[in-house]
Amino acid sequence: MTNTDRSLTQFDQQQDSFLLEYISLIMRGLICGPKVAACGMVLSAWGVIMLAMVGIFFSTHSAVLFEDVPVTKDDLKDTDPPHRIYALYNKVGYNCFIAAGIYVLFGLFSCCQMKLNKRKEYLVH
Amino acid sequence: MVFRSEEMCLAQLFLQSGSEYDCISELGELGLVEFRDLNPSVSSFQRRFVSEIKRCEEMERILGYLLREIQKTHIAVPEEDESPLAPPPRQVLEIMEQLQRLEMELSEVARNKEKLQRNLLELTEYTHMLKITRTFIHSRSRYEEFPTMETDSVSGCTGMQRLGAKLGFVSGLIQRVKVEAFERMLWRVCKGYTILSYAEVDENLTDLDTGEISKSVVFLISFWGDQIGQKVQKICDCYHCHLYPHPENDEERADVLDSLRTRIQDLNNVLHRTEEYLRQVLQKASESAFSWVVQVKKMKAIYHILNLCSFDVTNKCLIAEVWCPVSDLANLRGALEEGARKGDATVPSFVNRIPSSDTPPTLLRTNKFTSGFQSIVEAYGVGDYREVSPAPYTIITFPFLFAVMFGDLGHGIVMSFFALWMVLTEKQQKKKRSSNEIWETFFSGRYIILMMGIFSIYTGLIYNDCFSKSLNIFGSAWSVKAMFTNQQWTNKTLQTNSLLTLDPNVTGVFTGPYPFGIDPIWNLAVNRLSFLNSYKMKMSVVIGVIHMSFGVVLSIFNHLHFQQKFNVYLLFLPELLFLLCLFGYLVFMIVYKWLAFGARDSSQAPSILIHFINMFVMQGKDLAPLYPGQTGLQIFLIVIAMLSVPVMLLGKPLYLYWLYRGGKGLRRRRGYERVRRVSEDDTSAAASYEDDDEDEGLDEMPGREALPKEFDFGDVLLYQSIHTIEFCLGCISNTASYLRLWALSLAHAQLSEVLWGMVMRLGLRMTTRVGVVFLVPVFGLFAVLTVSILLVMEGLSAFLHALRLHWVEFQNKFYHGTGLKFLPFDFSLLPSVFEQDGLL
Repeated sequence: MTNTDRSLTQFDQQQDSFLLEYISLIMRGLICGPKVAACGMVLSAWGVIMLAMVGIFFSTHSAVLFEDVPVTKDDLKDTDPPHRIYALYNKVGYNCFIAAGIYVLFGLFSCCQMKLNKRKEYLVH
Repeated sequence: MVFRSEEMCLAQLFLQSGSEYDCISELGELGLVEFRDLNPSVSSFQRRFVSEIKRCEEMERILGYLLREIQKTHIAVPEEDESPLAPPPRQVLEIMEQLQRLEMELSEVARNKEKLQRNLLELTEYTHMLKITRTFIHSRSRYEEFPTMETDSVSGCTGMQRLGAKLGFVSGLIQRVKVEAFERMLWRVCKGYTILSYAEVDENLTDLDTGEISKSVVFLISFWGDQIGQKVQKICDCYHCHLYPHPENDEERADVLDSLRTRIQDLNNVLHRTEEYLRQVLQKASESAFSWVVQVKKMKAIYHILNLCSFDVTNKCLIAEVWCPVSDLANLRGALEEGARKGDATVPSFVNRIPSSDTPPTLLRTNKFTSGFQSIVEAYGVGDYREVSPAPYTIITFPFLFAVMFGDLGHGIVMSFFALWMVLTEKQQKKKRSSNEIWETFFSGRYIILMMGIFSIYTGLIYNDCFSKSLNIFGSAWSVKAMFTNQQWTNKTLQTNSLLTLDPNVTGVFTGPYPFGIDPIWNLAVNRLSFLNSYKMKMSVVIGVIHMSFGVVLSIFNHLHFQQKFNVYLLFLPELLFLLCLFGYLVFMIVYKWLAFGARDSSQAPSILIHFINMFVMQGKDLAPLYPGQTGLQIFLIVIAMLSVPVMLLGKPLYLYWLYRGGKGLRRRRGYERVRRVSEDDTSAAASYEDDDEDEGLDEMPGREALPKEFDFGDVLLYQSIHTIEFCLGCISNTASYLRLWALSLAHAQLSEVLWGMVMRLGLRMTTRVGVVFLVPVFGLFAVLTVSILLVMEGLSAFLHALRLHWVEFQNKFYHGTGLKFLPFDFSLLPSVFEQDGLL
């Protein structure tokens, strides 16, 4: 084999190894591009912080959030202390915490996508 | 940030002919001075250094070709951090030679590559044709009957005999789109003496002439007779078919296929090697491509500047006229010395400051923080030379006015984080330099956005508005329980009424003002808007009057600097009195009403608007006064305001007319003393309109109005009357214009509330099992809408209105903005042609 042929086969082998790595990335689950992953991270960070705080405010029965609680007419009959209304507040608060938890998962997923994207960029250059 | 623009001077540079290139190169690196064109009447083709510039452009052309080739092969051009200096003239020829050699090499390799590719295409087509016609031959059973005959050399195609007639074959390839027309033409011309069979080629072949990938079709025409054969040949030529010789039998076909296969393999090898070689050449060139581009750019710039200078034949030196900041004269001398040293000149170049009566350009030095604010001031107009600059105040007032209109804690936090991210990653972002203009605009305003966000957090805390909900930080001052303990309300009142009013006069209900901002209880109140509207409208008027008075006060500094002291008495004082007597008094009434009337006597609190209107029409004796002595004071203020109008209108023209006439009357006796004093005192330049007066020509303090030899009273009076009308009517309209601060903050608050109520509430109200997960996409939608509507749309709107308030209401009280900007000769400010094309 001549020199050029040898370098040709080396070049082909290198191409093949890149291709294999790329395929393994796809198999591992590279779904979104870098910009979508970054948006996902920002959104989940905001979601976690805001939903956690809203959840805390619901748990402390803040009056400002009264209209967001699904109160019915007969809940209002119970006064001093209004246990039913407090229970509703707590329920909405737990909902918010669960949603914050889901956003934590979403944030981890976005983080993974960012890492995979970085590795793909490293391969190309 | 400086109070007013820098002092500039006109200087002459005497550059020795050996070292002028290096001197200008030094000046270009430092970016100190602006060159003036000393040959304005000469066209660009007649200037001295035209041939050098043509050489530079030739090099740029070659570099452009080189960069395009590099881009095609996807090689990255490494950029260096430090840009190389402009090459001395002897090095230029070397670079030119290198570039020309590269160009020749590249074009040769490209030509060879094209030839090889054409060859490869022919061979590939031939292979396809052989394979496909084999299937034709074998699928048609009737051809098996005929024995093969020898090749007919005349017609150039193989023949087979059938019942005495000669059967000929023509085979080749034609483009897919032409096949139907080809078939029809054959049928019409040959009248059924031909049989055409064709099949599509699987592979897409590139047509080298047009460069497009299109489908081709292999065809096989069998015909009887010579004449038909000639016609078929002509038609094939017409349709640009690629014809290949058809083999007689299967053995020949197999032989040809084999040889073609080896030839194709060889050709592929050679092509591969050619491409590798091309890539190597381009790789090597790309290493120095960046520095070549920068060097050629700098060289061309230097020759352009050299063309602006005038050549002094007797002294063998170049003379250049530059505008230079006075504080930079030492640096300029240093740069010239450095250039002379580099150029190995025997005689050093020097600077000579010359007096000038032209208005110098305006220079205001900025850093990366203040440059954003300076640019928004300059978008309205560059300041006159040595005029007071509104930019340092804009750093605070602009974000503040924006925040008054934007006022939301949550949105302010998001905006600040976004700006903070841009500021912290600014080094990486500057390197990237994206082509997206909108992103570039946002990025260059990152400090403005950061300030706006921080101020919005502050006003959000004051309005107590965070994503349309109030925060109860200190504990609300209103107590509902007190209404029950004082027997005002009972359970029955709760059940029978849908709306109830808290009475602050009842003890315990209102325990004093909220420590910072608006009480959170207002978020639950139905009459929230009535309270907030009154508060925001009055606040807008107060802010407006303060901002405008500040603008009027700044004009004193301009009047004093330009030696027009009479303007202080005849212009500034009446303006200020008019503004303060009318609108300052309105502000006083607003503040007085806030302080003097409380919850007890709120029902007797008079309407300020009615009192203000009555002040003008001088009526309303039957209205209860706000404070004792109100009518007297109001009449006094109206009289002062009315008197200041004629002073503004006639004062300055009459004074100038009186001066023009020699200042007769009081000053007559002291006339000669005045003349003597003027000639002794060198620095006083303005305000003396004597006929043979002349200014020494020092350019530090030119008078705003050049000393006129004749004085047009009508002109001055007209200008002054326009100014007076504009100011007086403008006072009223500008004060009302500040009400947009109220309007936009109301709109923002309402939009925010609607977004929460219509989007977020749906998610929160869901309490079913599955409903929990519903909150996740609802929050996502809420976030997207907040960013797009409330941050981007409302943010841009508030930005625009705050900008308008600055440009019109604030700046027209003192700022002229008709100057020229100082554009120094700086290599880093020159645009690069290749960057614009996206090649670098």
